[in-house]
Formats: sequence, structure tokens, C-alpha cells
Amino acid sequence: MLNSDKNWGFLLGYRLYVLAFFVFLAAPLVAAGTFAFNDSLFPALPWQGFTLDWFFNDSEPKLGVFHDRRLLRGVYYSFVIAALVSTLSVAVGTSNAFLFVRHDFPAKNVLYIVMVLPLVIPGVILGISILLLASSVANTLDDGYGIDIGFLRPGIFLVVMGQFSFITTITSLVVTARLRKFDRALEEAALNLGASRARVLATVTLPFLRPAMIAAGIVAFLVSFENFNTTLFLVGSESPLTITMFDRMAKAGSTPVLNAMSFLLILGSGGLALLSVLVQRDRTPE
Amino acid sequence: MTQKDIRRLSLILLFAPFALWIVLLIVLPHIGMGVIALREKVAPRVYEFGFGNFIDFAQEPIYWNTLLRTGSMSLLVTALALVIGFPIAYYIAKIAGRRSRGALFLICLIPLWVSDLIRAFGWILLLRETGVISSTLQAIGLIDGPVEMLYNDVTVVVGLVYTVILFMIVPLVSTLDGMDNAMIEAGYNLGGSGLTVLRRIIIPYAMPGIVAGCIIVFMLTAGSYLTPILLGGKYSSWFTETIYEQFITRYNWEAGAAFGFLLLIFTSAVVWIGLRLSGQTLAATVAKS
Repeated sequence: MLNSDKNWGFLLGYRLYVLAFFVFLAAPLVAAGTFAFNDSLFPALPWQGFTLDWFFNDSEPKLGVFHDRRLLRGVYYSFVIAALVSTLSVAVGTSNAFLFVRHDFPAKNVLYIVMVLPLVIPGVILGISILLLASSVANTLDDGYGIDIGFLRPGIFLVVMGQFSFITTITSLVVTARLRKFDRALEEAALNLGASRARVLATVTLPFLRPAMIAAGIVAFLVSFENFNTTLFLVGSESPLTITMFDRMAKAGSTPVLNAMSFLLILGSGGLALLSVLVQRDRTPE
Repeated sequence: MTQKDIRRLSLILLFAPFALWIVLLIVLPHIGMGVIALREKVAPRVYEFGFGNFIDFAQEPIYWNTLLRTGSMSLLVTALALVIGFPIAYYIAKIAGRRSRGALFLICLIPLWVSDLIRAFGWILLLRETGVISSTLQAIGLIDGPVEMLYNDVTVVVGLVYTVILFMIVPLVSTLDGMDNAMIEAGYNLGGSGLTVLRRIIIPYAMPGIVAGCIIVFMLTAGSYLTPILLGGKYSSWFTETIYEQFITRYNWEAGAAFGFLLLIFTSAVVWIGLRLSGQTLAATVAKS
């Protein structure tokens, strides 16, 4: 063992520190989730007994999450946005992976850094810069030619573009890492056996990339679903869930329906995160 | 078509989405933001080119104090995240047994994927006047009346460290994981103390992970909006809030763009200095984590 010469007390202290850290990590999540089951109008102690009303009850004042129209609409918009973002960003990310792994072109290293940059630009800045550009273009067209282009105004399209702008970096990096591990000899064997390029791509290369593409898609979905900073500036009347929940939290006196929603989100994102890890681990020969 | 033509065509086809993405969503919007930031409103719908928005910023101490405050608190959060997170990452990568290592790493990853919003909400429920900690302390009899633990700087810093620390731990675990244990043992065998081994062997080896973690954490903190507002209250004076106020409340897009530009320059400068000081590159750190 590495630490055989370290004394026993040090290791015990170390373990306690790690334990304390995990308690710190879990505490707010436990608090947010647990009050979903408290039979009280406020997410606070004392404990009034167990209830599922905050999930299933269909009338005020204890309106459950499955009957709360505004929250459900938020979930719906978040789903639509996340599905679009993850599809688009996995497609472009895969294309980027092929571009950077398989091709040589001038300024490749500089452009690779440019590809990573969106990750180190604050999300707020991405949001406002895209808002400004889209609005300027829309205003110019409106003033000059009387053409009104609705999708350049804050709304779902801009939210999708804003999130796509940095999530694509994540998907590109995940797929690139996987493509680098690919053995080109497999493709050459298939080509020598008479397969066309398209067929090699469809039957050899893409199946190899599939775990990375699925994992990237899940990560993109989660990041999009939970994004707040970029979305905040681009959102129109169709508020996704994070914006709806934030508006309610900022106002005092929210009911435990938000806890019920949090509980579902913790389960959902925890499950998806687990899935993305498992998908990637599965067929990766280490 | 010859082989060469095919390669050329595929290069163009693959380059097109990349170029569209970067030009339309990153480069043009930022140029646009710069142009708008340099516009002064002289009358309704009449603009002049000039540095007025930046001069306003320099002349109003509230604005630059907020930026400095955001910057220094973000640096503090980054340092705390590194100091608190490093032992955890080291434990997961080097000390935990083979089986518990994967489990611990997963336990770390799952909260990472739970929204900031919910995590901040959890802290609110724990820390507010009617919250869990206040009422528990009263029930035990340690305090007489309710205490408000929200809306102060300490809470904001703790909340931010909590929000971002996993982005520090994950790259650290992956770098430390690749380190050969023999290197550490060799250090001990040659008579190094625990501290020497840490300073001369482990930290230099983990440098790419440390830099990657620090960059991401600093950037996320300086650009965060939710945590300072929810835990610090309306007047937590975070710079993103100032930007939001210019955009949405005052509808002064020119000033908002200028402030956004300043935040971008400020965070980029800090990231650049960090890379320079540590001798790392962006491609070797952030891209790998």
C-alpha cells in the first residue's frame, strides 16, 4: 500500500474529511427532495407527516406537480429544446470529429482551439451576443424592407441556437476522443473487401462511434435541460422549466410543489448521468 | 472522380458545419456585441460611434466595484474549490480501493448533473430563517430565535464552491488516475516527506488537471447568475446581474453590450494569465477534461 508508512490517525482523519465532503455534497439535494413529501404548505420544518399530494393532488392550495399546468408546460418546452439541441449538436460534433481527426488543413491547431473556446466563454455572454446579433438583423430587415422574421426574436429558435453554440464543443470533444481510438485498418479491410465508402462508414465506423455519440447526446440533453445563463437572455414567451422554476423561487412563499419537481429532476438527471457513463463504459476496450 | 477530389469534397462538407457554427454563433455575435458596445445613444434612435459606454463604466464606481468584487470572489471560490477538492480527488484516484473508486466517482458525478437551480434551492431550504438548520438549532436549544443565514457573502461563496467544485474534482481525478503509483513510492523511498512528495511529484504531475479545473471553475463562477442571486439576494452585486439589469430592466442594450464585453475581456485575461503562469495550453487542459 501507498500509505503504509503514514500513521493510522492521519488516514482516519482523511476518511472523515472525505465523508464530511460527501455529506456536504448530498445535503442540499436531500433537503430539496425530502420536503416534496412533507404534508405542509411550506417547504420547511416541522415535519407534518408523509404525503404524495405534492405530486398527485389536483386542486389548490396543494396543487401537485402533475397537475400544475405552468410547470408541465415548462417541462414540455425544455424537452423540445433539449431534444433539438442534442440532435443538432451530436450531428455537428460528429462532423467536427471527422474534420479534426481525419483531415489536414491550414491553421488546424488554431481552429481546434477555436472549437474549444465556446466552453470558456461565460454563458451569459453567449446569450447576450446572440440576442444582439439576431435582434440587429431582425430590426434592420424590419426597418429597411418591412420583413419581420419571427424566429430571430427571443424564443425557442434562439434558445436552441444559444445552447447549441457551446454544447457542440462538448459533443465534439467526446466524439473526437472516441474517433482517435479507432483503428484505421478496420476501414481499410472493409474497403479491400469491396465495400463502398458510404457502406464502410455506416457499418464499421459509425457503429464504433455509437457509444460516444449516445453518451454525447445524453450529456447534451442534460446540459440543455438545465441551462439557465444562456437561456435567460434568449427566452421568449415559451419559458423552459428552469426559467419557470426560477421565477417562482425568486418570489417568496413557494409551495413544496417545487420540491416535488426537484425530486423528479434529481431522479431523472441522476438516472441519465448514470446511463451515459454505462453506455460509454460498455464496449470501450481499455 | 479521383481519390483526391473525394477527399477534397469531404473536407469541404465537414468544414461547412464547423464554419457555420463558429462564424454565425460565436464570431459574428461577438463582433456585433463589440460594435454595439461602441455606440452611444445621443437621442432616441440616433447613435454615434464612441467609447461613451466604457467611460460611463469607468466613472461609476458601483459598476467597476461590482466587476472587481465578482472577480476577486471568483478567484477566492476557485482557490477554495482547489484546496477542498484536491484531497477528495486524490482519495478517489489513489487511496480508495478499486471497487469503491468507481462508486465514489459516480457519487461525485451525479450531483454534477443536477441543475444549479435545484442545488441552490436546497441551500435556501437549509439556510433560511425558517430553514432546517435554524429550526434544528432552536429545537436543540443552542439559539433562542431564528437566524437568517442567507443573503451574506460567506453563504454566496460557500454556495458557489458547492456549485462548481465537481468541475474541479473531475479533471483532477482523471489526471491523477493516469499517474503511476511507483512515482509516489519512489519519492518516499528516496527519503521525501509526505509534503515533499506532494509538492515535487504529485502537484507537478497533476498540473494540467489543476489548470483545467481552475479555468472551468473560474469561468463558471464569474459567469454565474443563479447562485449569487438566490443565495445573496437581490443586492448581491454580481456583475452578471448588472448586465442583466442593463438589458432587461433598463433596456439599455448599448451599456449591456459594453458590460458584457468587459466581463468577457476580464475572464479571458484571467484565464490567459493562468495558462501563461502554469505553462499550459488550452488544448492540453480544458479539451482533455
